[in-house]
Amino acid sequence: MSPPLPTSLPVPKTHKLYIGGEFPRSESGRSYALTRPGAKRAYAQLCLASRKDLRAAVDAARAAQAGWAARSAYNRGQILYRMAEMIEGRADSWQTLLRSGLGHSAAQAARALAATVDALVYYAGASDKYPQIIGAVNPVAGPHHNFTTPEALGVVGLVFDDGPDPAASAARIAAAIAAGNTVVALLPGPAGGLVAEFGEAFATADLPAGVVNLLSGDAAELAPQFASHMEIQGLAFLRDEPARRIEVERAAADNMKRCVASHGPLLALERVLDFVEYKTVWHPIGT
Amino acid sequence: MTKTIAKTGLAAGNGAKAVAGLVVDYAPSIESDKIVTIPPRHQLYIGGQWLKPVEGRYFDSINPATLQVLSKVAEATAPDVDAAVRAAKRAYDRTWSKLSGRERGRYLFRIARLIQERARELAVLETLDNGKPIRETRDVDIPLVAAHFFYYAGWADKLGYAVPGAKFAPLGVAGQIIPWNFPLLMAAWKIAPALACGNTVVLKPAEQTPLAALKLVEIFEAAGLPEGVVNIVTGAGATGAALTAHPLVRKIAFTGSTDVGKIIARSVAGSGKKLTLELGGKSAHLIFADAALDQAVEGVVSGIFFNQGHVCCAGSRLLVEESVAARVLDKLKARMRKLRVGNPLDKNTDIGAINSSAELDKIRRLIETGKREGGRYFEPENITLPNTGNFLRPCLFSDVAQADTLCRVEVFGPVLAVSTFRTPAEAIAKANDTPYGLAAGIWSEKGSKVHAVAAQLKAGVVWANTYHKFDPASPFGGYGESGYGREGGRHGLLPYLEVQP
Repeated sequence: MSPPLPTSLPVPKTHKLYIGGEFPRSESGRSYALTRPGAKRAYAQLCLASRKDLRAAVDAARAAQAGWAARSAYNRGQILYRMAEMIEGRADSWQTLLRSGLGHSAAQAARALAATVDALVYYAGASDKYPQIIGAVNPVAGPHHNFTTPEALGVVGLVFDDGPDPAASAARIAAAIAAGNTVVALLPGPAGGLVAEFGEAFATADLPAGVVNLLSGDAAELAPQFASHMEIQGLAFLRDEPARRIEVERAAADNMKRCVASHGPLLALERVLDFVEYKTVWHPIGT
Repeated sequence: MTKTIAKTGLAAGNGAKAVAGLVVDYAPSIESDKIVTIPPRHQLYIGGQWLKPVEGRYFDSINPATLQVLSKVAEATAPDVDAAVRAAKRAYDRTWSKLSGRERGRYLFRIARLIQERARELAVLETLDNGKPIRETRDVDIPLVAAHFFYYAGWADKLGYAVPGAKFAPLGVAGQIIPWNFPLLMAAWKIAPALACGNTVVLKPAEQTPLAALKLVEIFEAAGLPEGVVNIVTGAGATGAALTAHPLVRKIAFTGSTDVGKIIARSVAGSGKKLTLELGGKSAHLIFADAALDQAVEGVVSGIFFNQGHVCCAGSRLLVEESVAARVLDKLKARMRKLRVGNPLDKNTDIGAINSSAELDKIRRLIETGKREGGRYFEPENITLPNTGNFLRPCLFSDVAQADTLCRVEVFGPVLAVSTFRTPAEAIAKANDTPYGLAAGIWSEKGSKVHAVAAQLKAGVVWANTYHKFDPASPFGGYGESGYGREGGRHGLLPYLEVQP
C-alpha cells in the first residue's frame, strides 16, 4: 500500500448541474473556474450550461409539474421544511463553500446560511396559507356558487444575478415551488458555486426529481433562451441590466410569460403570487 | 348583478323531436330609437372639455345592422393623446389623489345610479352602434355596467382590506384600450376599478363602437366627476399605440386580440409599466354522458351564439362524450333552427348584426377554410336573413379534428367546432390543447367529476353546468396566451395598485 498524498494536494472539484434529480455535466463539455476574490488558485470548476442543458432542464421541470402541483399543499410544505433541514445539516460544507469558494467571512457565512434556512422555512409554511389569503368565495348576484382559487402557473424560470446570494435564491425558488410550480434556475458566474450545495440538499430532501433544476453558466448566453422558451410560463429576470431586461421581456411576450423584474421583499406573500394564476369556478345552486 | 342570455324560443327541456314539429311566429316588437340623441359629430374629451383633434380628421361610426353612418368621430393622434394623458396626470396630482376613498366612492356610486336611470337610452345606443340585440344590451350589458360601478364604488374606501397584510398606493395615469364587442361593459370594467383605486384614466374606445363611451361623459359630468379624471380619445390602432407609448402612463389595460396584446407587451418591455391583457380564447365546452343534455344544449347555444359569437370567452369548441354525441348534435341543430337572426332592435331577436363588414369577411373566410378542411358543416337553412346589414346564419362544424383551423384559431363569430371524446382524460387533454386559456364549460351531473375536471382545466373561468355568467364580484381573465391579470372582484383591484414596502 502506497503512503497517502500530502494534504496540500486536495482533489480539485468539478461541480455539476442539477437537472431532473441528477447531477450531469454540461452536455457541451464546457466549464469555468470559480475563484475566491483574491485567491490564486480556483476553488472549483463549474459547468458552463448550454442551451441544450436548459432545454433538458425545462423538459424535466415540465414533466414534474403536474405531479408536484397535484400534491397536497401540506406535503409541499413538509418537503420545503425538509429542504431547510438538509441545508442546516450540511452547515459545514456550506461554510467551506461560502468562505473558501465565495470569500465570505465566518460571520457573513453564518448569517447567509441562517437567512437561507429562514427563507425555506418561511415558504414551507406558505404553501397551505396563500390560497386562503388570496382565494375568495365571491358573492355573485345570482343562484351560483362562485369561488376563486390560485394555482401554479407551470414552469418558472429564474435568472439570478452573478453575485452569489444563497438566501435570495432560496427564497425565490421556495416561493415558486410552494405554489406548485417547478423551477429552472440559472445561477450565473460565481453564483454558480451555489448549484452543487443546493443540489445536494434538494436531492436528499424528498423533493421529486425535476421540481427544481439548477444551472451554472453565463446569463448573457442563456437569458434570451429562457425568455423565448415556449414551455416556460413565468420568468423572473433578477439582474440589474436595463437593456437586457427589455430584450428579455420582448421575447417573453411570444407566449405571454408572466415577467418579474425586481427582487422586492424576500419573505413575502407577493413572491408566491408572482407566479400563480387565478381560476374562478361557477356552479348553479338549486335542486 | 349576474346576467346571462335570457331563455329564447321554446322552453329548455323539450326534446329534439318535440321541437322539430313546432312552428312559432313572432310579431316584430321593435324598440324605439327615439330615446337616444346622437350628435352628428363627436370631439375628443380631454380635461373636462370637448376638443377638436389636432389633425382635424374624423371617421365614421356605422350601424352594422343598416350600414348607415351614425356619427362622425374625431381621430386622436399623438398630440391629442399627449394632451389627454397630461390632463389625466394633472387631475391625478391636483384632485383625484387628494380625495379620500370615501369621496372617490361617492362619485362612483353616483355614476352607477345615473347609469341605471338612463339604462334604456344606453341600451338602445349600444345596440345601434354595435349591432347586438336589444335583449342583450337591455338585460345583460347595461345592468352589468351599473353593477360594476356600484361594486367598485364600495371598494374605494376599503382598499386596506384588498389583501391582508399588504399596503397599497394608486399608480397614477391608466391608459385603457377596449374592444368593440362589449363597448360600454368593457369601459365599466376598466374605469370603475381604476378610479376606485385612485388612478385617473385615458380611455380609448374601439373605433367601430365609440358612441356609448362618449355618451358616458354626460353621466360623468352629471355626477360632478372632477375634470381630467376620465379622458376619452377616439381612434384606431395608432391612437392606442400613442397611448401605450406615453411615458406618463403608469398602467396599461387592454382587452382585444392576442396579436395586438403581444405587440403591446413587446412595446412596454422593460418600462416597468404595469400591464393587464385580456385577450383571445378558444374555450372548450365539455359535455359528459351523464350531463342534463337539454340544459347542456342551452348552455352551448348561449356559449357560442351570445353576442353573435363576438365574445373572447365564447365556448367555440364543443367536446361531447362519444356515447351521447349524436343525440347532442340533433338537439343542438333543432335548437339552432329556432334562433331568430335579424333587426337588433327587435326584442325577439337572438342574434343581431355582425359588428363590421371586415369582421363578416373574416368569419366567412374561416367558414370556407373549415369546409375545405373537411368538417361537416351545418347551418339552419330555415333562417332568413335581412336584405341589408351584416348578418350571418349561426353554424357549426362537426367531426372537426384537433389540428383543424377551427379548433385552433379564434373565429370571434357564431361558428361552433364540435368533436368527441371517450374518457375524461381525453376531454381534458383536448380542452387544454391550445395556447389560450380563458374559459371552459363542464356539463355533468356528477359533482366529484365536475370538481376534478375543473381543477385540471387550464382556464381562468370555469363554468360548470352553466355558461356565460358574469358578475362584478367574480374575477375574469385568462391563462397563457389569453393574457394576464384579472378584472372583477377583489382580484380586479390588484392591477390598479402598487404594493408598498
